[in-house]
Amino acid sequence: MEKDNRIMIPLGPQHPALEEPESFNLLLEGERIAAASVLIGYNHRGMEKAAESRTYVQNIYLLERICGICSHSHSTCYVQTVEALAGAEVPRRALYLRALIGELERIHSHLLWLGIAGHEIGFLSLFMYAWRDREIVMDTLEMLTGNRINYGMNAIGGVRRDITPEQAQKVLEAVDALQARTEYYEKAVLGEETVAQRLIGVGKLLKEDALRLDAAGPVLRASGVARDIRKDDPNGIYPELDFNVITDTHADVFGRTVVRVLELMESYKMIRQIIQQMPEGPIAVKVPARIPAGEAFMRYEAPRGEDVHYTRSNGTDKPDRVKVRAPTLANSAAIAHMLEGGYLADAPIVIAAIDPCFSCTDRSVRVVDARSGEEKLFDWEGLRKYSVAWYAKQGVDLSAASMRLRGD
Amino acid sequence: MEANFERENGVLARLNERFGLDIQGAAVKHNRVYLSIPEEAFMEALKFLRNELDFSHLCAITGLDTGENFEFLYHIAEPGGIVVTLKYKTKREDPVVIQTVLPVYPGATFYERELEGLLGVTVEGLPEGRQYPLPDNWPKGQYPLRKDWKPAKQNIDEPTKGV
Repeated sequence: MEKDNRIMIPLGPQHPALEEPESFNLLLEGERIAAASVLIGYNHRGMEKAAESRTYVQNIYLLERICGICSHSHSTCYVQTVEALAGAEVPRRALYLRALIGELERIHSHLLWLGIAGHEIGFLSLFMYAWRDREIVMDTLEMLTGNRINYGMNAIGGVRRDITPEQAQKVLEAVDALQARTEYYEKAVLGEETVAQRLIGVGKLLKEDALRLDAAGPVLRASGVARDIRKDDPNGIYPELDFNVITDTHADVFGRTVVRVLELMESYKMIRQIIQQMPEGPIAVKVPARIPAGEAFMRYEAPRGEDVHYTRSNGTDKPDRVKVRAPTLANSAAIAHMLEGGYLADAPIVIAAIDPCFSCTDRSVRVVDARSGEEKLFDWEGLRKYSVAWYAKQGVDLSAASMRLRGD
Repeated sequence: MEANFERENGVLARLNERFGLDIQGAAVKHNRVYLSIPEEAFMEALKFLRNELDFSHLCAITGLDTGENFEFLYHIAEPGGIVVTLKYKTKREDPVVIQTVLPVYPGATFYERELEGLLGVTVEGLPEGRQYPLPDNWPKGQYPLRKDWKPAKQNIDEPTKGV
């Protein structure tokens, strides 16, 4: 390594403001990444251990806090395991309400991602627009549950809150507004030539590699694999909804953008069906505090992909073991593969494109020159600026696209 | 929904036919099969499910401490939605060494590192790497998911020392 021009760049770990901070070692040859390794586990909170000393009900609130963005995904997946163990028949209205919150959560997560992607590539108007529109869904969630995140909606045996016809009407109005905005993005962002130039071919993950490395969610679907838990192994009322699994064959960051934007449209469609088909009736059944001994494994299609919970019970009111595998861990094995062979300037958007929930946290990047041993310290924002400037030099500048998006 | 779980029982029948495994103790639910097998039979059964019955997706690996034994559960899925939880037990005595499944499922690295970090078993065949998910300065020989491991009592009014 002393003789050649390779440079090792440690990227991260970053401040754990959200869940799952990660760190990367990037080995550079000139401007290309020759090898990448992923280092994770900077923010282990011991939740699985903590779950063993809490009751099944307390664990809903503990596990809901695994993730600030997919909180409903984790609590739903967990209560499904407990309901399976208890043999509880959850009322249909409760299942509809769960799916309603689940799809609203997916919308806020995907819009959040779209904004972050815009930010990482220097498409600042997209960042502002997507986050402004995201407020529509955040307000809707707050109206229904009282919270913007961590909704506290799930109970073992059902949900904790019902919705009124007036609230349902407001949800429909919000969905109409969001759909109009998303249609505009479909045209103005996916059809924008500089976005295509910037993202096509970046962070390649071929179908066979995505499958081999057990990738999940939009990352997997953008590599042409039609795998979605809502279709393949559905829970609740998903079999009663008419929707498509969105796939794309670009197998790169552009494909991941297409998949998420089009999935927004599917979620709007599903929410209209949910409101229309939701039956009257109770929203929960009573489940005894002591859960019979057994084991249950459940999957849930979170915004970021397959979320997995396994619960083993022993007849008491506390579980013996709760195992959680969040989708970002499934995608972590694939990140190194996506980075290798690409440019350093692509690292921010490739990492952000698995939607790992850490793009708005502060990070430091240490650049080590292998020949002189010289070290340079700059932060994630510095790398982002380097990336935007590097592409501007190649003639891919998103500031003109920003003006077009605003209609200036 | 099939009440007689034809597809799920079919998987069990194939395992029984091929390896003569005792499938009496298996639990079958809609889209779920939970099967405990002897450690010696595990790797061949896993390969068979992966290569011949299309269980190509490893969802997760769970390790747990039953007091007497360690138990390892491999949750694997096929495109039709069936998830088989294939499990085996080992005596809970140090050192516990199990074999890696990386040749069968290349995406298993982090799941197996987690078994090493949280349960304190050695996974033979797993490449060198940073421990996961505990921090680098975590004390040696402390494995939180063992049942006899208790978190240290901490006075919340005092700041944490030594980090």
